[in-house]
Order: sequence, then structure tokens, then C-alpha cells
Amino acid sequence: MIEQLSRNERQLSLVILLCLAVLGLSMAAVGRDDPLGAHGALVLLAAIGGLFFVISGYYAPEAGPERLHSYYDDPSKVGIVIAMAWALIGLFVGDWVAWQLVNPDLTFDAPWSSFGRIRPVHTTAVIFGFGGNALIATSFYVMQRTSRARMPDQLSPWFVVFGYNLFCLLAVTGYLMGSTQSKEYAEPEWYADIWLVIVWVVYFVLYLRTLSRRSEPHIYVANWYYLAFILVVAVLHIVNNIAVPVSFGHAKSYSIFSGVQDAMTQWWYGHNAVAFFLTSGFLGMMYYYLPKRAGRPIFSYRISIISFWGITFFYMWAGSHHLHYTALPHWVQTLGMTFSVMLLVPSWASAGNALLTLNGAWHKVRDDATLRFMMVAAVFYGLSTFEGSFMAIRSVNSLSHYTDWTVGHVHAGALGWVAMITFGSIYASVPWLWKRPAMHSARLVEAHFWLALAGTIIYVFAMWNSGIIQGLMWRTYNESGTLAYSFVDSLVAMHPYYIARAIGGLLFLIGAVIGCYNIWMTIRTAARSADARAPGEPAPLYARKPALEPAE
Amino acid sequence: MEFNHNVAVWFSKSFGLFYLMALSLAVVVYAYWPANKARFEDAAGSILSDEDKPWR
Ligand code: HEM
Ligand code: HEM
Repeated sequence: MIEQLSRNERQLSLVILLCLAVLGLSMAAVGRDDPLGAHGALVLLAAIGGLFFVISGYYAPEAGPERLHSYYDDPSKVGIVIAMAWALIGLFVGDWVAWQLVNPDLTFDAPWSSFGRIRPVHTTAVIFGFGGNALIATSFYVMQRTSRARMPDQLSPWFVVFGYNLFCLLAVTGYLMGSTQSKEYAEPEWYADIWLVIVWVVYFVLYLRTLSRRSEPHIYVANWYYLAFILVVAVLHIVNNIAVPVSFGHAKSYSIFSGVQDAMTQWWYGHNAVAFFLTSGFLGMMYYYLPKRAGRPIFSYRISIISFWGITFFYMWAGSHHLHYTALPHWVQTLGMTFSVMLLVPSWASAGNALLTLNGAWHKVRDDATLRFMMVAAVFYGLSTFEGSFMAIRSVNSLSHYTDWTVGHVHAGALGWVAMITFGSIYASVPWLWKRPAMHSARLVEAHFWLALAGTIIYVFAMWNSGIIQGLMWRTYNESGTLAYSFVDSLVAMHPYYIARAIGGLLFLIGAVIGCYNIWMTIRTAARSADARAPGEPAPLYARKPALEPAE
Repeated sequence: MEFNHNVAVWFSKSFGLFYLMALSLAVVVYAYWPANKARFEDAAGSILSDEDKPWR
């Protein structure tokens, strides 16, 4: 890793790590009796580890100019491995949360393992740890390939990957210590937020610098989606996290917004996190990997452009559907509802575009579980956006809000769309990145696919049932005009569905474990065959061009 | 003029509406502009070709 950095980059990385170490030390010093102190120690340790690593490779000879004739893929490789590690953590904790809802004693009486602390560990680990790392890794891959340009330097991609993961670590360890801003999906405290801004700006600039080196005049549409993800997440993150810390020695801070403004800012952020983190970036993945894997160009490039602008501009206004029947002005709620319904058009245009691309390649979908992951993802994308537009209608929301229906909707999107498209893209890129003809075992990919699909279906159906029963029980009155069921009655009715959901989640988790093993074995055989090669012999290039079908 | 709630509502109902409509129109015109067709088809096909090396 260090061998590939130029002398200047090695020196610069030492400077950055030294600054980080000083920062960690001062955080540890001023925040002695506070979570801030523990985080200072964490930052210091990370920086010292990094320093040792860079120094150990510091005197290795520099890579020659021939490196410029290939793409810089090592950050993508590392990003994919880290993403799978976060997947294991996030899915495991998610299933633990699910079992806690079946049996509340599963906290084992420790404060750090209570529901309120490990639930955000789950959401952060899956969304930011798994999803974020997969987005970063694949975006590096896609931006270089589609611009036919190598990244401009070797240091900034590493800064992005490791800096981002430091943020994720600060986030989840903070929750376990009870430190949170209490804003969903924006829980990390002010110092972690500032750090993420720095990392994110470097990411954005790196992307633009790579694009500016491209040879093609037109920028392929996948890049638009990735760039929208990077740019809008930066804006959302900065605005929603403006806060004043109690003091520089404390982790705790207070948002500058209050009351209904705070709620609106939070859900403007929250819904656009869905739109630009969980949708836009993954659509970028889909628009590259699905046509590539199917060996067919996207069905309609024009529709992909129109839906890009539709998604970008409609989503911005939809956040208020999270605040129906609140103190938020009625017309703002109506605005959010209207835009949510309109959103169905660009969403279905994207899902349809993906599925129509596969028209004529269905035999490949049947034989190739990797492509099937992507196909199922497009189906669930269509399903969850339809459901979302429906739930955004105020009268429907009066039934669904506060119930497990929302949780069902979330996981139809999260498991069916986000995780499936990610697994598909990872299974496609691993052999390409490590120069293997295929994954170690196609049968294990197949097994993962069926476990993931079964897990998702069980999860979503359990939550739909449970959510609607819950919603109906809460609004059923008896003849005397009082509520027919107590809250505990509805809780008892949930129990079987919670068990089913936890079992579905377990299947999904087992699938991911199999995926990790398969990826690991693919990487290992790649390493072994590279060692067996005679020195100086070029690495084999596998023909990646898909064979033409008879019908084409 | 004071910047209050009513002004915000007026602004979003007038300017907000028209800028979104103009934007939608611009996007559709751009996507269906005949001269852009070749470029888009090129782009759609370009990712399928081999991309083993950067161009420089
Ligand atoms: C093994 C698979 C999974 C299981 C068992 C699981 C379980 C859970 C549970 C029990 C909750 C709390 C629900 C509640 O408070 O009532 C939850 C919330 C959540 N999970 Fe998962 N999850 C899984 C995978 C995922 C994945 C892959 C993602 C995202 C990519 C995800 C995103 C979320 C989000 C965003 C929430 C918060 C939902 C809300 O506030 O409405 N989950 N999950
Ligand atoms: C057209 C697209 C979509 C619309 C209009 C939409 C609409 C909605 C609505 C109305 C809610 C419930 C709000 C409430 O009652 O509190 C919701 C919740 C949620 N949706 Fe969607 N949705 C869409 C697509 C998606 C997708 C693709 C995902 C991807 C994973 C997703 C993830 C979520 C999450 C995480 C929440 C829970 C937020 C929370 O309370 O913590 N949505 N969505």
C-alpha cells in the first residue's frame, strides 16, 4: 500500500497523521471525564497505528511511471472488504435488536447494550458502514472506468476511505457510551460531524479532479448519481448538524434549531438521506453494474437523465411527509405529500429502465445469481417507492405512522434494494478487481441470493402484517366510545411477527456470512496465483467483454 | 417588506412553481434534443467496451 505512494505523498501522510495524533491527544486531555476523552484516545490510537504503518513502508522504493498505465484500484479493494466487515456487524446487531423486541431481557442488564443504544449502532453500521463504504469503493471504480482516467493522486483516496471509517467508529462507539445528538441518522456529536465534513470535501474534490481528466466529452450517467449523492449529502449533513457544543471539552452539543423548525430540518435531512444516500448513490451503482453484467446498454439513456433530474428535484421537497399531523403548517405537509406522490414517476422510470434493460437477457438472469441480485433490487426499488408514495398520503399515514408498517417499508428498501444491489455489485467487481475469471464459488453466490431473498420476504411480510394489525388495534373503538385494546394488547399481538422478523433477519445474516467467506476465498486464490507467477510475467488479463448473443 | 410566513408562502407558490415547471421542460428538451441522440447512445454503449487502461 505504502509502496504506491510517491515520496511526497508519504511525507504528507505523516504530517496528516501527526496532526491527527495531536488532535486526539488534546481531545483526550480536555475531555478527561467525558466521552470526548475516550474518543480522543481512539483518535490518538488510530493516528499512531497509521504512523507506524506509514513508517514501516517509508523506505520502500517508489512505484515507477508504469503505475500510471493502470487504474488505481487498491482503495476500492480495501473499501469492499471493510464494507463486508461492517455488513457483518450491522446485520448481527440488527438481528440482536430484533431479538430484543422478542425478549427484552436480551440486554443482559448492561447500559451499553440497551435497545436505545444498539438500535442506532445497527442503523449506522448498515447505512454508513456497509452502504457508505460500498458506495465509496464502487464510486472509485466507476468514476475511473467511465472517464478512462486514473485518479490524480494516491493519497486522497486513502484519506477518504480511512477518514470515513474513523467517523463511523466514532459514531458507533459514541452511542455505546450514551453520546448522541438524538437526531435519527445524524446521531454523532459535533466533533465527529466536523471531521466528516473534511473527509467529504476531499471525496468531492477527488471525484471532480478525476472527472476533469476524462477523455470523453460526455459524463456517463452513473457519475451524475454518485455526484448528487456526494454533493447533497454534504449540504444536508452541514445544515442539519449546526450545533453549539456545551464547551470544547464536552461531547454534548445543542442544535441551533428548536421546536418545529428543528423537526422540519431533521426530516428534510432524514428523507434526503434516504434519497441521496440510500437511493441516488445506489442508482449510480445500478446504472453501471447492471448493464455491464448483462452485457447490454441501458434500455433508455434519455429516461435515465429525466429520472435523474426528477429524483433530484422532487425528493428535496418530500421530507415533510414524516411530520403529518404535527405542529408543522398544514400546507407544508400537503407540499411534502404532493411531491412524494409525484416522486413515483421518476422512481418507476428508473426501476422500469433497469428491468427493460434485462429484456432479452432473462436467460442470464436465470443462470447468474449476481445479475439476479441486481434484478431483484430493481423490483424492490419499484416496490418500496410505490409503498412510500402511498404512505406519504396523509390519511394513509394516519394508519401507518408509529407502526411496524414503516419498519417494513424501510427494510423493503434497505434489504431488498440497497443491500441486494450492493451484493450484486460487489460480486461483479470482486473478480474484476482481483483479476479472477469468476467468484470462488458460483453455488455459494446462489445460496446467498436465496437466503437474502427469503430473509427479506419474511421480514417485510411480518412487518406489514404486524404494522397493519397494530395500526388497526390502536384505532378500534368499542360501543362506549373508548379504545377497544390497550397498548399491551397490541404488544402481545406483535410477538409472533417479531419472532418471524428475527428469523428472517437471521437468514439474511447467514447469507452475508457466506458472502464474506466466498469473497475471502476469491481474494486468497487471487493472491496465491499471483505468487505462483514467474517474476516479471504480466498478470493475466481476463476477457471481460461479454460474448454477443445470437439475437443481437 | 418584512420577510414573514406569508411572503414565504407567496414566493413558493409563484416562483417555486414556475421554476420547477421550467426546469422540467428544460430537462425533457435536453433529453430529447435530436442532436444529443448520438452522444447518449455512445455513452450508453461506451461502458460495455473493455476498460482495461486509462487513456493516458
Ligand atoms: C439482518 C437484517 C436486519 C435486521 C434483523 C434488522 C432489524 C432491525 C430492527 C429490529 C430495527 C428496529 C425497529 C424498531 O425500532 O421497531 C431496525 C431498524 C432499522 N434498520 Fe434494520 N435490520 C436489518 C437490516 C438492515 C439493513 C441492511 C438496513 C439498511 C441498509 C437497515 C436499516 C434500518 C433502518 C434505517 C432502521 C430504522 C427504521 C425506522 O426508524 O423507522 N436494516 N432494523
Ligand atoms: C418514492 C419514494 C419514497 C417515498 C415517497 C417514501 C415515503 C416514506 C414515508 C411516507 C415514510 C413514513 C414516514 C412516517 O410515517 O414517519 C417513509 C419512511 C422511511 N423510508 Fe421511505 N419512501 C420512499 C422510498 C424509500 C426508499 C427507496 C428507501 C430506502 C431504503 C426508504 C427508506 C425509508 C426510511 C429509512 C424510513 C424511516 C424513517 C424513520 O422514521 O426513521 N424509503 N418513507
